Amino acid sequence: MPEQSSSHEALIDHLGTGLVPVRRLLPPWLRTAGWLLAVLALAAGLLLHYGAAPMLRRWAATPDLAWAGIGAAITAICAAWAAFALGVPGRRAAWAWLPLPGALLWIGASGLGCLRTWIAPGTQLAGLHQTADCLLFIIGFSVPLSALLIVLLRRACPLRPVLTAVLVGLASAAASASLLEICHAYDSAATDLLTHALAVVVVVAVNAAMGGRLLSKA
Amino acid sequence: MSQALTAAAGMGLDSGLSLRASLDPVPADVVMVNDSESPDRRRAVWMAAAQAGDRRAYERLLADSVALIRATARRQGVASDSLDDVVQETLLTVHRVRHTYDPSRSYDAWLSAIASRRAIDALRRRGRRDSRELHDDYALNRHPDADDASVATESGQRAQRLHEAIAELPPGQREAVEQLGLRERTLSEASELTGRSAGALKVNLHRALKALRERFHGEP
Repeated sequence: MPEQSSSHEALIDHLGTGLVPVRRLLPPWLRTAGWLLAVLALAAGLLLHYGAAPMLRRWAATPDLAWAGIGAAITAICAAWAAFALGVPGRRAAWAWLPLPGALLWIGASGLGCLRTWIAPGTQLAGLHQTADCLLFIIGFSVPLSALLIVLLRRACPLRPVLTAVLVGLASAAASASLLEICHAYDSAATDLLTHALAVVVVVAVNAAMGGRLLSKA
Repeated sequence: MSQALTAAAGMGLDSGLSLRASLDPVPADVVMVNDSESPDRRRAVWMAAAQAGDRRAYERLLADSVALIRATARRQGVASDSLDDVVQETLLTVHRVRHTYDPSRSYDAWLSAIASRRAIDALRRRGRRDSRELHDDYALNRHPDADDASVATESGQRAQRLHEAIAELPPGQREAVEQLGLRERTLSEASELTGRSAGALKVNLHRALKALRERFHGEP
């Protein structure tokens, strides 16, 4: 026992010798805001390119799409915030539930799109080719957004790497889905909803598999 | 020592302590303020000072943390021989991620979260090792470690004492013990060899055992 405590003392002494002042991590909400700035920059770019008019026109015709977009945005904000909170040791795992209300709104409102043919028979539906574009859009935008989140989180200390990576995937997929609202050429339908769901699942699964490993090394 | 240390910790005061110090009627006496605070709060102040580069506060904090880490690891079910590994790994992690601690929150909660994670890592490592290694408890128990010097010495000494005690017995009793007890001869064999009757051998053995018992256990 004295031998063991002296080895602790040696380690403590060693760590004390290497002590340098550190810059404290910003609070999770502030770090979330930083990431959202990147998302807003992308949104601004897309709005400049496509303009807001088509999006507003579509939302006026089918308000459930607007709700789905808002739900996706809320999910993105909450999932990113939860991921940053889980990056700080001692924060409760219950933070992981934060994106749930937003996700319910997002899924619920998008689900209404499945009934599109009955609610508004005249709306333009997506073909197979266009849904593939949707898939690529969501996955394509999710990659840099996930990468940015992982880089930011590696500076923290996510003690639950896989759960945090799932939230990273959810945040970036939801953010991409809300960005898609800006340039979505057609209205939601069962095929479209399935594509979105598939894209989100792919992004979350890839993050859980790879992000977990990247974050656990942090 | 403690005063100098706490004063050093006070040099890196964060806003929380500054507030307390200004509320205190004797603001110069930072030591008193610290002593009246809860241990968790005291450690939080030390960590805030350590984040600013205060080495003495940091070393005091880490030394103070060892018991907490051990308690957390034990709660997680880490075996006592692995506790020190968990302590060392937790201390290393604490050093690496000390910038993630927010001094306005509980230090103990922050430390326990890290210690629990390292404890779980240790349990997983142990689980993996156990699944690779083969254990045969039966074989292990049946073949005691031949290299265990203390056990061998102890049993040697016991045998030596017994032999001495037997040598000191009266000749008739000694003969009975040697023939019946040590060489495991039957009554008739022993009777033939010694030329004594079986009854005499039995009485002598009985008396010898009684004498030995008295000598070793103090029983009559």
